[in-house]
Amino acid sequence: MTPHRILATASTEFRIALRNRWVAIAVVLMLVFSLVLAAAGSAPTGGVGVDRLSVTVASLTSLAVYLVPLVALLMSFDAIAGEVERGTLSLILAYPVARAEILGGKLLAHLAVLALAVTAGYGAAAIAAFATDANAAQGLSALWRLTWTSILLGATFLGAGYALSALSRRPSGAAGLAVGLWLGLVVLYDLGLLAGVVADDGGAFTLSLFPKLLLVNPADAFRLYNLAASQATAAAAGVGGAATTIPLWHSALSLVLWPVAALGLAIFAFRKVTP
Amino acid sequence: MTPTLTISKLSKRWGEVAALTDVSFTIAAGERVALLGHNGAGKSTMMKIILGLIPASGGEVSICGAAPGSALARQQVAYLPENVAFHPALTGLEHLGHYLRLRGERAALAPALLDRVGLGHAAKRRVGTYSKGMRQRVGLAQALIGHPKLLVLDEPTSGLDPVSRRDFYALLDELAATGASILLSSHALTEVEARTDRIVILSKGRMVATGSLSDLRAKADLPVSIHVSAINGYASDLAAALPQAIRTGSELRLTCRPDEKLPLLARISDLRPKVADIEIVPPSLEDIYSHYSKRDGQ
Repeated sequence: MTPHRILATASTEFRIALRNRWVAIAVVLMLVFSLVLAAAGSAPTGGVGVDRLSVTVASLTSLAVYLVPLVALLMSFDAIAGEVERGTLSLILAYPVARAEILGGKLLAHLAVLALAVTAGYGAAAIAAFATDANAAQGLSALWRLTWTSILLGATFLGAGYALSALSRRPSGAAGLAVGLWLGLVVLYDLGLLAGVVADDGGAFTLSLFPKLLLVNPADAFRLYNLAASQATAAAAGVGGAATTIPLWHSALSLVLWPVAALGLAIFAFRKVTP
Repeated sequence: MTPTLTISKLSKRWGEVAALTDVSFTIAAGERVALLGHNGAGKSTMMKIILGLIPASGGEVSICGAAPGSALARQQVAYLPENVAFHPALTGLEHLGHYLRLRGERAALAPALLDRVGLGHAAKRRVGTYSKGMRQRVGLAQALIGHPKLLVLDEPTSGLDPVSRRDFYALLDELAATGASILLSSHALTEVEARTDRIVILSKGRMVATGSLSDLRAKADLPVSIHVSAINGYASDLAAALPQAIRTGSELRLTCRPDEKLPLLARISDLRPKVADIEIVPPSLEDIYSHYSKRDGQ
C-alpha cells in the first residue's frame, strides 16, 4: 500500500465526480431534502420541550437512512463495471498499482463527495434550527453523531456498490443489483422484520432474533445508534422502540465493522475480475 | 546478457479452445519484435499473459527475471492496449498526470510527453473530443512514462495516418536505441513497414515463423515476377525466345523461383537489342505473410 498511488487515484476520481456533476447532484439532493425536513419538522414540536435541532436530527436520521445509501450506490455501481466496459481497466491494471489501492482511491474520492453533501445538507438544516430556536445548541452532539455515522453508512454502501460492480462486470447489470440491494436492505428488510414482529406477537423472534437482525443490517444499525444515542426518540417512528433495548455499543460496532467488511468484499470481488 | 522477455512453451486454453499452443521466443534488450497474425491468432492473449492480466495455462514467462503481473515486472513494462480508451471527461493532460503519479513520477512531466507525441496543442481538451488517432497518441505517450524496459504495444498503429505512423516508428527507434525492448502486434506485414528487427507470426495460437524479414523472405521461397517490355515490333520475337512467358500486348510476364532468377535474367539480357525495359517484382510483404499465416490448412 502506498499513499501516493491511492491519492493519485482519489484526486482523479474526484475530478471525474466533479465533471460528471455528481458533486453538484449529491450536494443539491441533500440540501433540498434537509431543508424541506427542517421546515416540515418544525411544525409539531411546539409542546414537546425538546430543542429544535434535536428534532431536526431525528427527522434527518430517517432521511439519511434512505438517501445516503442511495447516493453511495449511485456513485459506486459504475466504478469497476464502467471501466471494464470503457476498456480502461486493462491499462490501469498493467500499471504498478494494486487493486486494493485502486479501490481505496475511489472510496476516498466518493467518500469526500458524500461528506461534502452530508455536511452541506445537515449544516443547512442546523442553521435553520438555530435561526428559530435559541436552545438549538443542545442538539449539536446529536448532529455531529449523525454526520459521522452517515459517512460510515455511506462507506458501507460504497463498498457494497464496488462489490456489485465487480461481480456484474456490466454497468447495466450493476445498476440493477444496486437498486435491488437498496430496496432489499433499506425498504423491504424492515417491512419483513415488522411482519415478523406482528406475526410473532411478543414471542422468541421479537425478544432474541429481532434485535440481532436489526444489528446485522447496516441501515438499521445506523438508525438504532442515532435514535438510541439521541434523547429525542420519543416521537421517532419505526425501530425507535427497539432502540432502547439494545446496548449502544452494539450498533456502534456494527456501524464501524460494516464499511471494513464491505470494502474487503469489494477487493475480493475485484481480484476475480479479468479485464 | 539475459533477455528482457523470455517466453517458453507458453500455452493458454479457454475451456476447449486452445488460444496459444507451445509458443517460445525471447526478446533481447533494444530489440524490436513484431507479432503478426489474423484476428484471433492469439496476439492479444499473449500480450495479456505477459502483462499478468490473465494467467497462462502452461509454460513460463519471465520479464527481466520477474513473473508477469508481479510488482517488479509491472514497474518495467509499459502497455498500449488495442483500441486504447480513456475517461472522456478528463483532458489528455490530466490523464497523463494521473499515469505519471501511478508510476511515482511528477505530474509536471505531462506536457513534455504530450509534445513528444505531437498532442501539445490539444493537451487541455477533454479526451471525449479526441479522434481515434489522438487517443492512440495519448496511449503511446503514457507508454513512454518512466523509461520502461519492455513496451508491449497491441496494434499501436491502428487509427494512425501514414505520416503519424512514420513518426511513431521513429519514436520506437529512439526507444530501442536506449535499450528498451519492444513487442508490437499487427494484422499485416505491410503495417510494420520492416521497421522491426524480428517478426513472429502466429496462426491459430501456434508460432508458424520467426526471423528477420529477409529470413522469412528466403525461407518462404516464393516465386519472383519479371516483367519484360519489348521494343516496338519485337514482342513476338521475345515471346518465341521465352516460351514460358505470358504475353500481354508488348509486355511479357514471367515467374520463376528465386534461385532461377539470375540465369533467367542472363537469358533476357542476351535479347538486349529487342528489350526496352525489365522490371523485377519480388514477392510482396502480403504474399510472404499469407504464405506463413495460411500454411495451417487455411
